[in-house]
Amino acid sequence: MNFLRPLITVSGLLLLWGLIVAVTDLPKFILPSPLLVFHTLTAKIDLIAGHALITATEILLGLAVGISFGMLSALLISAYKPVRQWVLPILIASQAIPVFAIAPLLVIWMGYGLAPKVIVGALIIYFPVAVGFLDGLNRTDPAWLNLTALLQKSGSGSAFLNRYRLYRHIKIPFALPSLASGIRVGTAIAPIGAIIGEWVGSSAGLGFLMLNANARMQIDLVFASLMVLTFMALTLYFLMDHVLRRLMPWQPDQKVTSI
Amino acid sequence: MSSDRLSYSRSQERSSDTARNQAALNVGVSLKLARLAFGDTIILENFDLTLEPAQITCLLGPSGVGKSSILKLLAGFLPLPTNSEVTGTDGLGITNRTSYMDQQDLLLPWASALENVVVGARLRGQTPDFKRARSLLAQVGLKDYITARPDTLSGGMRQRVALARTLMDDSPIVLMDEPFSALDAITKFRLQDLAANLLAQKTVLLITHDPMEALRLGHRIFVMSGSPVRLSAPLCPEGSLPRDPASDDLRHHYSDIMASLALTDTGPA
Repeated sequence: MNFLRPLITVSGLLLLWGLIVAVTDLPKFILPSPLLVFHTLTAKIDLIAGHALITATEILLGLAVGISFGMLSALLISAYKPVRQWVLPILIASQAIPVFAIAPLLVIWMGYGLAPKVIVGALIIYFPVAVGFLDGLNRTDPAWLNLTALLQKSGSGSAFLNRYRLYRHIKIPFALPSLASGIRVGTAIAPIGAIIGEWVGSSAGLGFLMLNANARMQIDLVFASLMVLTFMALTLYFLMDHVLRRLMPWQPDQKVTSI
Repeated sequence: MSSDRLSYSRSQERSSDTARNQAALNVGVSLKLARLAFGDTIILENFDLTLEPAQITCLLGPSGVGKSSILKLLAGFLPLPTNSEVTGTDGLGITNRTSYMDQQDLLLPWASALENVVVGARLRGQTPDFKRARSLLAQVGLKDYITARPDTLSGGMRQRVALARTLMDDSPIVLMDEPFSALDAITKFRLQDLAANLLAQKTVLLITHDPMEALRLGHRIFVMSGSPVRLSAPLCPEGSLPRDPASDDLRHHYSDIMASLALTDTGPA
């Protein structure tokens, strides 16, 4: 990966930010200079890191739950036609209902702990994963389906076992690139779920820290937390991208989503 | 696994192999088709085709004439229309002892050449016979590419892997749908030689639009033309397969076929 170009972009933006602060002479509770933010970041790293750890846990758990349920739904919808009519409305409803609207409910039901944040995150991640995987499963090359049917004719497996093996050896592997696209989108938006959950009601996490700092006009701390959150989100995305790429080495590597 | 169970499963495999080999001898195929239509367009009507046992039958015709439809009916990819039947000369169905090779290589992009050859066993839940797969890959000239993934192989090599996969189950009946049409002339020529040797003693239907391919590989050649399609009288060139394309006999047949194709071609080219 080429780190130089994004580094130049970020440095350029920081420089612009610093210039604006220097020229306009804005008070630091409106817009702190990048240097001050950096100073706050190093001075309060223990505080920020503690909250960041909690947010990271929420994001990762949300991802795990969202990806699992997304994959499961896609498999069920693809494999059993009647399930489609039952699960598809849920899938679409999970996107139609604004998470912001149900997040407070989740807090009332489950308290200020980890659970509501994980669920909000999972709700956001679920849709792109399920749709991506389902798309892939529905688009198996008919030529392969024909060949599989013929190859299985000389066997003695039951219809169910043959179907299982069709999924295991053909349909699922062919759908993996689409699933990976879904997971990439889900990973990119995963932090949103955790932060929304924390904003609505929490006692810890980067969202909680930012909300509190904002109320006390500690804008430098808000920015420092935001930077850590951005760093976490980027790291998570590129880590996931790297893992997915390694898992599918046969995929033509176009590096569109990579730096 | 205990050695007892291992030897048991081995002997079982061997007995099923011999059963297969006996079945492999002299199975012809007969297709009787009342009518095949897509919408209002009648593709085939009152169409009969017989594949002689242990011979290569070629169907030769321009694209769009319905060659592939016949093959798809035999393979069971298309549902058989009413009043039509596909049977072996022993009176049994054929799809459980038929292998199929497509114009596309249909290799699994994530799997090695070896895994691609044994995919049939995987799909049937059987233990793959890797020894046979390795020897087949060696026979098609890919001894050094057993672990290679398809994206690292050339088009000709990929089609060699597909040929090995087609031969893996040792089915007595093999259906081939323009298997070499996507290859360059030299690669095509080499693969025809290879196929002629490896398909000996099998009942083969080879669909092609290349007269020279039909003349090199076919024991019997039918030219398809018209709408609904009619078959020409079978052409049975002399000589053992693969035939030498430079022989006078073959060149004579070639110009005959080209003439009949050109005369009967009434549609747009």
